[in-house]
Amino acid sequence: MSDAGTAAAERAVADAHRREWAFVLAATARVAGDLDVAEECVQDAYLAALAAWARDGVPDKPGAWLTATAKRKALDVLRREKVFRSKMPLLVEPVEAAEPDEPGEDAVPDDRLRLVFTCCHPALAREAQVALTLRLVCGVATGDIARAFLVSETTMAARVTRAKKKIAAARIPYRVPEAAELPERLDAVLTVIHLLFTTGHTAPTGADLVRVDLVDRAVHLTRMLLALMPDEPEVRGLLALLLLTDARRATRADAEGRLLTLEQQDRSAWDRTAIVEGNALVLGAFRTGRVGRYALQAAIASLHAVAPSYAATDWPQIVRLYDELLKRWPSPVVALNRAVAVSMVDGPTAALAEVDALAADPRLAGYHYLPAIRADLLRRLDRPEAAAEAYRTALDLVDNDAERAFLTARLTETTR
Amino acid sequence: MAQYAVLIYSPAPADPMEITPDYLALLDRYPAQVEELGGKIVTGFALQPSTTATAIRGDLVTDGPFIEAKEVVAGFFILEAPDLDVALKIAKLNPATIDGGVEVRPLFTPPAE
Repeated sequence: MSDAGTAAAERAVADAHRREWAFVLAATARVAGDLDVAEECVQDAYLAALAAWARDGVPDKPGAWLTATAKRKALDVLRREKVFRSKMPLLVEPVEAAEPDEPGEDAVPDDRLRLVFTCCHPALAREAQVALTLRLVCGVATGDIARAFLVSETTMAARVTRAKKKIAAARIPYRVPEAAELPERLDAVLTVIHLLFTTGHTAPTGADLVRVDLVDRAVHLTRMLLALMPDEPEVRGLLALLLLTDARRATRADAEGRLLTLEQQDRSAWDRTAIVEGNALVLGAFRTGRVGRYALQAAIASLHAVAPSYAATDWPQIVRLYDELLKRWPSPVVALNRAVAVSMVDGPTAALAEVDALAADPRLAGYHYLPAIRADLLRRLDRPEAAAEAYRTALDLVDNDAERAFLTARLTETTR
Repeated sequence: MAQYAVLIYSPAPADPMEITPDYLALLDRYPAQVEELGGKIVTGFALQPSTTATAIRGDLVTDGPFIEAKEVVAGFFILEAPDLDVALKIAKLNPATIDGGVEVRPLFTPPAE
């Protein structure tokens, strides 16, 4: 085999890993009836592809080739294991396992949805949902997931194994929930994806502000979900929110890695393509008349994205959107963000009263944005001592280096 | 079909003789609801109040339940259901969830040789 052939095969396998992993695993899981077996077989199939594609060339439909290969391997495993009946808690259509595999056969797109809903099942802990989604839906290696969430690989591997065991032992079904349950179950899926995004967008600890790989995974996952559930306004809302937030990626820190506030960012460097797509998605979601918290958050991000400057932003409309958001999602974090918008409409004094009222909420104890926002309001009210005090409180709570540097700089300015 | 233990937790001491008529009415309706949702109660038991329990830890024998808590096990039943989603739907309808709660736990079956 030629070097060029090997290189082409490697590229094609890497590409198929990124694009088709969920598709291949989801279809294989239905045949294998066991996520563990499916995962192993899919991994083997990708490995086999490296050699086969270098030798025979890349097939027309790499995903179908991988699926057929992985399914065949799964059937081999099941045949070897005599106990396969008892090992198939996930199996929905037992006849399917007996059907011959045809290369080029397309799996029903629903398989990927089944996989997503199983990984994000409410009977699993949130951290397990996140880990499983990255491992099984995105195909991210356990070591990489561990690094993204700053736990040891052993811990992450144990977390994934425990979750897979629970799926099998408790018989968490491999299917898309019924219409009646769908809104609640979909919300769990969207929450997991959003959590992936925010973890990447503002890495909670460590040196870099953004973990691009997690952000890209989250966007990719939402696009997949939207393609599979085009009629769900909240999926549209989430994609819009992610795109509009990420459009500011390049401007969130200066050349030295120092954090820039929304007010300081160079708006001309925002990603216009992403903003245009995000705005269209927001409109689409609002047109359905069934807006939820993601579409509302996206609408707020959209108003920021189109504003010529921080001061010239449509703040009254943003406050109204926050009011709507609070009705659907009574979270103290939302109330805190609303207070920032209030400071731009009614001034920092009004906002400070709201922030101080929120400080009593135990759910916000330890949340460094609260003292940071308080500090900023006090700074604008020309109360430097109180502002410095609040900056110090925020510094005690913050973990991300870029944010710490930002707060330290503000503290120095205030005490000068 | 899978089998689950549904453990019923009620505010201590969970005396079955003090069940309200409302609760009793809900309990009466429960078996029909279970069946309607595609499950089956294999067997079930209510327990005497937790004040009658005796705990043993090592050599130490003490009065009361194993773990002192606001809610105690009041009873349990074995539920047969096609999957966890159905089991959870059934468990959610149990009247114990109003003041206390329930825990759904799959029964262990040794792997076939």
